[in-house]
Amino acid sequence: MPIERVNDFVVRFANVNGSGSASANQLFARAVLRMGVPVAPRNIFPSNIQGLPTWYEVRITEAGHLGARGGVDLMVAMNPQTWDKDVASIEPGGYLFYDSTKPLQASKFRTDVTVVGMPLTAICNREYTDPRQRQLFKNIMYVGALTALLDMDVDAVEKLIGEEFKGKDKLIAPNVKALHIGRDYALKNLTCPLGLRVKRADAVGDRIYIEGNSAAALGAVYGGATVCAWYPITPSSSLAEAFTRHCARYRVDPETGKNRYAIIQAEDELASLGIVVGAAWNGARAFTATSGPGISLMQEFLGLAYFAEIPAVLFDVQRGGPSTGMPTRTQQSDIVLAAYASHGDTKHVLLFPEDPAEAFEFGATAFDLADRLQTPIFVMLDLDIGMNHRLCRPLAWDEKRVYDRGKVMTAAELDSGKDFGRYLDVDGDGIPYRTYPGTHPTRGSFFTRGSTRDRYARYTEEGGPYVDNMQRLLRKFETAKGLVPRPLRRDADKPTRYGVIYYGSTSPAMDEAIVELAERGHRLDMLRVRGFPFHQDVSDFIVDHDFVFVVEQNRDAQLRTLLVNEQNLDPVRLVPVLHYDGTPITARFIARAIAEHLDALKITPLRKVVS
Amino acid sequence: MTYIVKPKFHHPSLPVNELGFTHRDYEGSISTLCAGCGHDSISAAIIQACFELNLPPHRVAKLSGIGCSSKTPTYFLGSSHGFNSVHGRMPSVLTGANLANRDLIYLGVSGDGDTASIGLGQFAHAIRRGVNMVYIVENNGVYGLTKGQFSATADRGSKSKRGVVNNDNSIDLIAMALQLGATFVARSFSGDKAQLVPLIKAAVEHRGAAFIDCISPCVAFNNHPGSTKSFDYVREHNEVVNRLDFMPPRAPIHVDYKPGELEIVEQHDGSKLALRKLHTDYDPHDKLGAMTYLQERAHAGEIVTGLLYVEREADDLHHHLDTVERPLNELGEKELCPGAGTLAKINASLR
Repeated sequence: MPIERVNDFVVRFANVNGSGSASANQLFARAVLRMGVPVAPRNIFPSNIQGLPTWYEVRITEAGHLGARGGVDLMVAMNPQTWDKDVASIEPGGYLFYDSTKPLQASKFRTDVTVVGMPLTAICNREYTDPRQRQLFKNIMYVGALTALLDMDVDAVEKLIGEEFKGKDKLIAPNVKALHIGRDYALKNLTCPLGLRVKRADAVGDRIYIEGNSAAALGAVYGGATVCAWYPITPSSSLAEAFTRHCARYRVDPETGKNRYAIIQAEDELASLGIVVGAAWNGARAFTATSGPGISLMQEFLGLAYFAEIPAVLFDVQRGGPSTGMPTRTQQSDIVLAAYASHGDTKHVLLFPEDPAEAFEFGATAFDLADRLQTPIFVMLDLDIGMNHRLCRPLAWDEKRVYDRGKVMTAAELDSGKDFGRYLDVDGDGIPYRTYPGTHPTRGSFFTRGSTRDRYARYTEEGGPYVDNMQRLLRKFETAKGLVPRPLRRDADKPTRYGVIYYGSTSPAMDEAIVELAERGHRLDMLRVRGFPFHQDVSDFIVDHDFVFVVEQNRDAQLRTLLVNEQNLDPVRLVPVLHYDGTPITARFIARAIAEHLDALKITPLRKVVS
Repeated sequence: MTYIVKPKFHHPSLPVNELGFTHRDYEGSISTLCAGCGHDSISAAIIQACFELNLPPHRVAKLSGIGCSSKTPTYFLGSSHGFNSVHGRMPSVLTGANLANRDLIYLGVSGDGDTASIGLGQFAHAIRRGVNMVYIVENNGVYGLTKGQFSATADRGSKSKRGVVNNDNSIDLIAMALQLGATFVARSFSGDKAQLVPLIKAAVEHRGAAFIDCISPCVAFNNHPGSTKSFDYVREHNEVVNRLDFMPPRAPIHVDYKPGELEIVEQHDGSKLALRKLHTDYDPHDKLGAMTYLQERAHAGEIVTGLLYVEREADDLHHHLDTVERPLNELGEKELCPGAGTLAKINASLR
């Protein structure tokens, strides 16, 4: 039986990279959004500019499930290279839309899906002579056909085309025309609508639609970053590029036309972090954006910044590792790398935003934390959040908010005779005072180095001052526990012995999975970790439950490793749920994995076995 | 390693500069390098140059990498902030520091291992960006702290203390600096303070990337026969193309040279360089000519020293980036945060 669903299905576009499909596909997603129905789009793209397969998936979800769902209800199969796999991925009862210009053997189709053929190439060849136009308008044409097949509001699409080409008005009419050619053909020749339909709703509210990288870059603008140094790497390049765009718009001195920022595309990731360290040492707020391979290269500077206590902000947009790994796929696999980056005893502060709104918030807060704690701060994004448009709450900024520049001793304080020891813990929180270079003619200067020194920054190779300093750094890390964003706990409606810990981009899939699990009779309390080092609440949550599932997007259960390592918790009680094939984690996966465990527990009470 | 603390007192009649500082106020802690090390002479030249330029010591930031040369910032300008960063990475740290506050003077001190081997990339990129700095390489052709391995500036055919002959071609930092667009390029010799001090002064006043390759013999590991970086070898093969006198703005110029022997070069701040030409046909504004001449003389086994190239209309990274005049590290919420009203508009545009 063909699937019958309204405002709850998945459309996947299979295209050839570089064919101009991206803007048409985005147009489709935005049109659904304009009809008041939430969408969760995802790019599944190759490490390639032209020729390789690329997919764009739109989950249409009035219920607001923004995680990937898995499975496809309607496949728009525009790429012959991936035909077989694409056809196979359609859910039973689903739909296949394809270009029927060239006849295909019956064996190329499935009998359990509804096949909708439209001679797109033939229509394009009839309407246009220019090859590029044939290509581009073919994309708009299938969007037009979809508006008919899914019973969509064509006005919404037309309006979007008008907005999209504002300033290039000549392009509006031809695009609208192509849209209608597609739509009219479908209305005349195809059975419209299909069992899948988009119905106008009011489920979007005041939410905004933005990519995580762009939101994080905006966070850096609001957080007062003035120096950005970066090296191009997928999936983080668009963060630095967004910062460049935002700065050109919001950071130019209106009187002089000069820039209140400096952006350097460095020669590599080492230099990127070197520039950040130099700028931050000299009192500017500075950051870099990179991905796992970049963090690998930055290890030496991270050790220096940790030990010499220099603020730095790093946005790590994680991708599939190790090595070059899966550069265009998502993972949460840099957690341990970032937490313990560099040689010797080091620990770093990590923030885990769940979506663009938090990427903005944490992106700004990271600069306060870096200055306050005088240490590198990692904002751990991933490709799923960074490079996809995501519906999220509006970005918010408190007009009264002031930057926390941390403990910086001024010339006046030095003049008043205040004792300045660069590594002297005057307040007991492990955080010493620093001075900016050039502050005072005779007082407050010091030598910054990665080698051991005493509390007054004097070089020493003595064990006593070394241990004293390392212990103070631990006290500072304790202080960080109270400063990083707290974990958020959400308990089940009734007391339960089971809990689940998750973080970052897993959030929407987890929210959806918890509903599915409840429907299957499994209750779990939830804790979303938002920062490292872990707040006491994290340990309390684990202690409160017999078993806690730790859901992650990596092979080695990296957050769980940190939990065991840093909180001295019994590993047996922390059950890993791991998804790491490079696709975003889904509610189906989480619910199935947890349900299997819980069902098993029902049969043999593991608690008895363990004790 | 010495544990002696340098005494602070000094003779009451020690001359003071315009700021009331004595020469001692520009010193740092006592050197822990080997007695007779060329690097200590360079530190002394830096001290003298800063004293004579009347620089407030705290307005200088001194940065270095790792190695013997990179230790030296501890031994001069004790009232300046210093940063002994990681091996070969001083150029990036200096670049960042410079971006944060364009008003300070940035002195990058490095060695031939730090710059020509591990840091070759960072050296090249800082130069090509035109960072406003003085970049001094204390070049001895050898790794001192790790006891005598060849560095990448060791000449092919030169012999190590242990008798090993270097078969690798050497890296010519001057040639690279010229090609990469340094706007002030000089080579000097730690044993020639009279040449070095005015070069440092001119480099400090130069706006743009100023590079000084200073041959600085290593008395412990590279001062033997067969070395091309020994005191004796450098003295014998030193070909000085010009002598420089640095004159602060408004200083009167006394010209007592024959035409063609002296050239006055004015820098952006009004300071002047009086160049006494020892080779009348050497033109330090002709980059291509300089490159050719340097290659020819190097081929003949000579070490050309002096002000090798200076660009009359130099500019720097801040100019290229069009940054505000006020140092970026002084900007606060008012200048940097677009505010809640703008954010509301941004939100509206994302629906």
